[in-house]
Amino acid sequence: MNNESDSHLTRRLMGAASFMMTLFARELFAQTKEQAQRGPQTASAVPPAPGEVGVRLTVNGRTHDLALDPRTSLLDALRDHLGLTGTKKGCDHGQCGACTVLVNGVRMNACLSLAAQRDGDEIVTIEGLAPDGAMAALQAAFVHNDAFQCGYCTPGQIMSATGMLSELQRGLPSAATGDLSTAPAVNVEEVRERMSGNICRCAAYPNIVAAIMSTAAGVRR
Amino acid sequence: MRSFTYERPTDVAAAQAAARRPGAKFLAGGTNLLDLMKVDVERPQHLVDISRLPLREVRETPDGGLSIGALVSNAELSADPRVRTLYPLLSQALVNGASAQLRNQATTAGNLLQRTRCPYFYDVSKPCNKRSPGSGCSALQGFNRMHAVLGGSDACIAVHPSDMAVALTALDAEVQTASRKIALKDFYRLPERTPAHETNLEPGELITAVNLPRPPAGQQIYRKVRDRASFAFALVSVAAVLDSANGRVKAARVALGGVGTKPWRATEAEQTMSGAQIDRRAFDAAGDLCVKGAHGHGGNDFKIPLARRVVSRTFSELAHV
Repeated sequence: MNNESDSHLTRRLMGAASFMMTLFARELFAQTKEQAQRGPQTASAVPPAPGEVGVRLTVNGRTHDLALDPRTSLLDALRDHLGLTGTKKGCDHGQCGACTVLVNGVRMNACLSLAAQRDGDEIVTIEGLAPDGAMAALQAAFVHNDAFQCGYCTPGQIMSATGMLSELQRGLPSAATGDLSTAPAVNVEEVRERMSGNICRCAAYPNIVAAIMSTAAGVRR
Repeated sequence: MRSFTYERPTDVAAAQAAARRPGAKFLAGGTNLLDLMKVDVERPQHLVDISRLPLREVRETPDGGLSIGALVSNAELSADPRVRTLYPLLSQALVNGASAQLRNQATTAGNLLQRTRCPYFYDVSKPCNKRSPGSGCSALQGFNRMHAVLGGSDACIAVHPSDMAVALTALDAEVQTASRKIALKDFYRLPERTPAHETNLEPGELITAVNLPRPPAGQQIYRKVRDRASFAFALVSVAAVLDSANGRVKAARVALGGVGTKPWRATEAEQTMSGAQIDRRAFDAAGDLCVKGAHGHGGNDFKIPLARRVVSRTFSELAHV
């Protein structure tokens, strides 16, 4: 009897938690959608003042001409100058992966790149994964698999996984690839190794791997 | 971060001219330099962004080797089909270094020139002869578990962090600059009394390529031992090449990482293996010679037996004994 009510309670709690997660995800999604639609205030070209550099970034399909202090990292340009705060600042030293974005289709740490180095480049941030209102497959898989707790590393995890699946598709080797002369397998070992640049201090790793694997099933080489 | 001026030249000559400005530094991938600028260890006054120079190709050379453009990313190089099949230990060293994001950003020449991760070098409140010549070495009497057991001096025991450079050392690579070629074995300097002076590049000299001679005969492998399975620097790494026939070693090469103040080629160990009958004893002897002259400082004492065993085991695996 006790066991049964315990399991009822557990189910109810899990149901509530799942509901909250869905709300949280919707809220997050609504914010990013609004952000993407509203766009930044600084889209018009401002000529660089003495000591500044002119930087043209195409972010999620929109081109921005910015005048920046040369010290501005790509991460700070995205967050502070373009208002795209989905990309997170974790360590700011390339160790945690929370700031991962795609640069010309390739995943990079936005904290370890000057915005000026990316002049003319195409950037995709988490806000760019769902521009038309529908979650990307990986985003949906993260929600479905409960692949986060606090959510802070999640945009970086999803952007990194997006880049990672493309690397797998292109056959890039990893330290988990046994035979370098053949294309890498799509398996848990490869995913874990390839995602080692993204730290999750809530340790949601098993669910992150599950979310990625559920999407990776579609990867064909 | 301190302020600096920034420019992005489009050809090698302009980059070299720009580098003559006071306090100038080249910026390629930026993964190490920007990190060090954030913690105030590197303080360039002028950054010369070379990342758009046309040095992104891996091409075959007439002598059967490869010339790797200075700006080829670590990820691109690890994935190059010629590297994967002809120089697999280089590909293995690359994919065992850093994280995927960093490998996408980091360049070949930048990897060679990355600075040590000695925590005292990074901590501007602590003495460090490499960062601040003459201030002393905090690691000698401090926490030195990650430090070098080979090639150190009373001034510095900082370990060279690169995996790629260890592989290139075993492959007899050479560094090509705009004006000359430097064999990789002559490229890095031991710390001795001047640990801040790390390479034999002239000020403002630009690396344009890294050249590989034709691949060595035999089997090759890069093995890395570290505190966690991924995204960690080496405690000990071994780049090994073994060419054998009829139960005997024809030729062997071995270079070590994680243990030296520079990528460490162990030529005596190579000589002792040459012609030897293939068995565990020969490889144990090679392991002993790899750590000849090694000197621990307390925290890093464990690296000496570890290196010896990793060498022996790596060659035993290559030879299936």
